[in-house]
Amino acid sequence: MPTWAWYKKNKTNKFIVMSDFDWLFFSEVLVGGLLAGVMYSLVAIGFVLVYKTSGVFNFAQGSMVLFAALTFVSLVERGVSFPLALMATFALMTLLGLTIERTVLRPLVNQPPITLFMATLGLSYIIEGGAQLLWGAQVHGLELGIDDTPLEISGMLISKFDLIAAGISAAMVALLTAFFRYTRIGLSFRAAADDTLAALTIGLKLPRIWGAVWAAAGLVSIVAGLLWGARLGVQFSLSLVVLKALPVLVLGGFDSILGVIIGGLLIGALEKVSEVYIGPFFGGGIETWFAYVIALAFLLIRPAGLFGQKLIERA
Amino acid sequence: MTTPSRPSLPLLKNPWIAPLLALVIAYGVVPFLSGSYVFDAILTPFLVLSLAGVGLNLLTGYTGQLSLGSAAFMAVGAFAAFNFNLRIPGLPLVASILLAGASAALIGIVFGLPSLRLKGFYLAVSTLAIQFFVQWALTKFGWFSNNSPSGVIDAPPLHVLGISFDSAVGRYLFTLTIVTILTALSWRLVTTRTGHHFIAVRDHELAAKVLGVPILRTKLLAFGLSSFIIGVAGALWAFAYLRTVESAGFNLDRSFQIVFIIIIGGLATIRGSFLGAALIVVFPLILSRLGSFLLGNIFNSGVLEMSQRIVLGTLIILFLIAEPNGLAALLERLKRRIPLLS
Repeated sequence: MPTWAWYKKNKTNKFIVMSDFDWLFFSEVLVGGLLAGVMYSLVAIGFVLVYKTSGVFNFAQGSMVLFAALTFVSLVERGVSFPLALMATFALMTLLGLTIERTVLRPLVNQPPITLFMATLGLSYIIEGGAQLLWGAQVHGLELGIDDTPLEISGMLISKFDLIAAGISAAMVALLTAFFRYTRIGLSFRAAADDTLAALTIGLKLPRIWGAVWAAAGLVSIVAGLLWGARLGVQFSLSLVVLKALPVLVLGGFDSILGVIIGGLLIGALEKVSEVYIGPFFGGGIETWFAYVIALAFLLIRPAGLFGQKLIERA
Repeated sequence: MTTPSRPSLPLLKNPWIAPLLALVIAYGVVPFLSGSYVFDAILTPFLVLSLAGVGLNLLTGYTGQLSLGSAAFMAVGAFAAFNFNLRIPGLPLVASILLAGASAALIGIVFGLPSLRLKGFYLAVSTLAIQFFVQWALTKFGWFSNNSPSGVIDAPPLHVLGISFDSAVGRYLFTLTIVTILTALSWRLVTTRTGHHFIAVRDHELAAKVLGVPILRTKLLAFGLSSFIIGVAGALWAFAYLRTVESAGFNLDRSFQIVFIIIIGGLATIRGSFLGAALIVVFPLILSRLGSFLLGNIFNSGVLEMSQRIVLGTLIILFLIAEPNGLAALLERLKRRIPLLS
């Protein structure tokens, strides 16, 4: 497949390059990028949930993803059936969320945001260390029973796994949206996010809400952990997916689920396209920082971000 | 005595006493005390990390701009010092270290520009960009490491004015001198008008603007000075502590480590950086000794690393809950308990 590097090397006329441009390959790259972007959003949503309701920038989200995946895979390897392992992992993540709320965040209530962020940074160290101390540090393969054969859709080859992963993510977002819109506890989440003081005044129990939010973040991290784990293998580096989610958050806004979904799609697509078409000029490997540059460049032009609060400055 | 009308300040309450005493001990007593292990494994890294902490504290503690990219500036400092030393023959070592600081400052100012638009966590996340970009650039382009195949280069010997500092104690004294000078300058800086501008920007940017504090210049100055100091710390880390120049050690974990130092030590205190660095350097050593003593052979390196992470994380959370203002505030409270000092 011809790339820009190839054209450059062969000194092809620019006009011919344009007409020769492999649109099929381009769309394949684009769709692959969009699907990867969904996976980024998946991790970012966990952040948004916690940030929106309690104002905590939860750096430990990545380590929660690792912990969930590692717990699940270790249980399955020990002969626990798939649904049972899923339930046990969910129970454990809920417990973890409630414990975090009770032991770490409640004593730190009313501290400045940077203090809370530092606490979650410490938390991520504890969870990472604990998860690997508990289940071992070796790499586990995770087989979700989704075969990864490429699917041919109007000439493009698209990974079936990516499609299903995107479908699962979409279902989860729909579920979360319905939860926030129609259930009592979901509405109280939004009330707490909207105006903490008013929520307190009408008698909402904030600690309970925060506990529930952390449990929900745990649920999101299970889904993210399983999908990412099936993709990358369950190992320490899984907790680094948090670094993929951060530019998405900056772009989409820390407090907007819709924002991080669109931000994720945007970053996923731009990242993949630039990796294929621009990357070769730099000798590759630009994906570690390119997403951050996209997010930064975008914010410098449009400081309010995609869907964040319409403030002049991001605060 | 001669001026009984004015109550004389108790000697120990003078703010100059403690740092001067520490300096006298550091120069006059410590070099004659211990073996080379203590210098190479504890004292030199402690001093370098303290300096990096002082640098980050200027930016985060005093000016209120959280940066998660300190290790990148250390890397810039280390590689710049190496290249200045390599490519300009006859350049004195100290000059290449200072030029390295200046290079880091330049990059710091460029990456400080988004701070005008972005605040808080949006800025913090943006500073990660430099962390990844610098690490990528240093490994990708062979020119930075003089095309060394492994990416690891030996640092040049430490010679200043014909005097060799290439022993364990020599490296310690070399580091100590640079750290002392830069710390003293920072200590002075925060009490000047510029230092007050930093604090004003941190505490209330809008109010500072109304009062006529030049926000742009103040923020960029904070980024520049902080990066300068962190860059010098990086050069010292490579030249005096590791004695090799490699980008692998300047990773995200190192950035977090420096943030931990100023959080544990205390934001917006110079001495806090030293207290925090002392804890961060000494604590893993204690833990590994304690672990092998208590558990014997079960305590292999993997378990050790994991438990270090757990204990470090717990320590940070406990500190934040018990003493959000860090070790410096703790020290202050202790001092008030001792009648001689209060």
